[in-house]
Amino acid sequence: MKKNNTITPAYVLRLFITGASPNSIRAVNNIKVICEKYIKDNYVLEIIDVYQQPAVAKNEQIIALPLLLKTHPFPVRRLIGNMSDTDKVLRGLDLDGKINTDTIDK
Amino acid sequence: MATVTRKKKKSVPSPPSFPKSLTGISGFDEITQGGLPKGRPTLICGEAGCGKTLFAMEFIVRGAVQYNEPGVFVAFEEKTDELAANVASLGFDLKKLIKQNKVRIDHVHIERSEIEETGEYDLDGLFIRLEHAIDSIGAKRVVLDTLENLFSGLNNEAILRAELRRLFQWLKEKNVTAIITGEKGTGMLTREGLEEYVSDCVVLLDHRVNNQISTRRLRVIKYRGSSHGTNEYPFLIDEDGISVLPVTSLKMEAKISSQRVSTGIPTLDEMLDGKGFFKGGSILVSGTAGTGKTSTAACFADAACKRNERCIYFAFEESPDQIIRNMLSIGVDLKKHIDNGLLKFHASRPTMYGLEMHLVVIYKMIKKFKPKTIILDPISNLITVGNVGEVKSILTRLIDFLQTQQITVMFTALALNNIVNEQTDEGVSSLVDAWILIRDIELNGERNRGLYIMKSRGMNHSNQVREFTITNKGLNLEEVYLGPDGILTGSSRQAHLLQQQTEALLLKHSLGRKDKEIGRKAKELQAKIATLTSEFESIQEELKNDFIEQELRKEVVQKNRAELISLRGNKKIK
Repeated sequence: MKKNNTITPAYVLRLFITGASPNSIRAVNNIKVICEKYIKDNYVLEIIDVYQQPAVAKNEQIIALPLLLKTHPFPVRRLIGNMSDTDKVLRGLDLDGKINTDTIDK
Repeated sequence: MATVTRKKKKSVPSPPSFPKSLTGISGFDEITQGGLPKGRPTLICGEAGCGKTLFAMEFIVRGAVQYNEPGVFVAFEEKTDELAANVASLGFDLKKLIKQNKVRIDHVHIERSEIEETGEYDLDGLFIRLEHAIDSIGAKRVVLDTLENLFSGLNNEAILRAELRRLFQWLKEKNVTAIITGEKGTGMLTREGLEEYVSDCVVLLDHRVNNQISTRRLRVIKYRGSSHGTNEYPFLIDEDGISVLPVTSLKMEAKISSQRVSTGIPTLDEMLDGKGFFKGGSILVSGTAGTGKTSTAACFADAACKRNERCIYFAFEESPDQIIRNMLSIGVDLKKHIDNGLLKFHASRPTMYGLEMHLVVIYKMIKKFKPKTIILDPISNLITVGNVGEVKSILTRLIDFLQTQQITVMFTALALNNIVNEQTDEGVSSLVDAWILIRDIELNGERNRGLYIMKSRGMNHSNQVREFTITNKGLNLEEVYLGPDGILTGSSRQAHLLQQQTEALLLKHSLGRKDKEIGRKAKELQAKIATLTSEFESIQEELKNDFIEQELRKEVVQKNRAELISLRGNKKIK
């Protein structure tokens, strides 16, 4: 989890994963890279293991995993998958236009 | 995963008694001989509005309430509140069951516009939710309604299909009895071919409209490891939920009774050996319009209620109030039986629903009210919703069912005047045990009713045509009246009777006059005899007097002569 103490972060993200499954690990790595690259110091990322908190699956309407939930800024978006398709991740985070996918692990 | 399945199938030989899970849905457990396969998924498919969700919900609720098997309902379409409101009309208190931890409802919301697919994923979220729900209440039953919604929310079909396969396998491992509902697709049982994954049991629900009348039907397409009814069974959704009607037990093994029940018309009882019909028998009363079929039926119902037996009157033509009012005019008070809870009316237009539905309704009402007698008035109207063959098949099944329940049934049927169709009363005339025919007899410008018994199995019955009269004191059958020109009915019978009475009176009168004349003659004769006797007596007396006179004279003469002689002699002698 990374936080910027000086200003209120614009991006509030929660990543739901299932333990140490391959998709989960890749998703965590990928989203970290994207965040660091495009919205550095401007985001909050919380990583939640659904296995540890099964009740959260119902409360957050989770079906497919891994899931990245962007609650802020609006609109709320749900990104599913291992975050390997950077274009789509950026589109989901409303970051289109700043495309540079060189460092993404596919 | 496929190999695992195959291995399992090989290693587990089919057990002698296939474990099943009762659904509690009336009739369905009978068709499937015990319910759905226990611990396996079942697919319920059908078009929109055919009752899939209700079927699944009833499975869950009845399981929780009746069989103490908690259940999880995963709703992809409706929210918890909506579901609770929908089933509240069936008397299920879903919220209470949720509070008691007997049912858990999980609404799965998928909104495509919110979702961006960014690579490989799986449905672990669904699995975790399901597992959490199952474990939290110890669920034995699971419903996934409608799983195919996943396909509209997620794009990657390859992942979905693989995950579904894993899901069904997982459900089996969890040993929960599951229902998966799926919308019917073109050329396939379900739109996404779910039947490919759920191979143990498939049930198809159908909602068909024929002649503008809808009928719901259910068919078990497949039931691996168990025998099951293969027909299409009609089913009904009403305030008690779903009821399926297994209607094909045509085994003819029903027990029969030799007890008799009165017809409610004493004179008709006389025609039937003096005792009436057999209990549990079926009776057909047919006749042309206005011959008193309904009155006969009402009398029969009245008699049943007077014996303190329950009776249901299915009216397809008149409203209950109308029948009650009309029957009061012939002295049959049905209202009081209704108030006593012995009589129940069920009035419905034949076109209200399909034939099968009528049968389901009748079946259900009988199960609930437990009558000894039922009346269907008239069955001819059912023709409007089906053809003769269908009506016959329905009635056959009904009679069959009633026989097993030992319920006496009376049908009324309208026979058309213009056709000689005594044998075609909806084709049931050969099925029924007794058949009473009421006919019009037109004579001398008036119409009278003639009643006779066409058949009455197993008893002596009158072969005569009786005149059937409907009076304000009830129904009656007049004695057969044979006039000089055959049977007389109505006013001609009465005229003939009157004429006979006059003749008898006249005869009596004339006889009296003759008797008097004879009397007088006798008196006259006696008087004459008296005079003659007295004449004779006087003559006799006269004759007697003469005789005495002569005797006296003779005596006197002799005396005188003797004196004279003596006088003369003295002188001579001297």
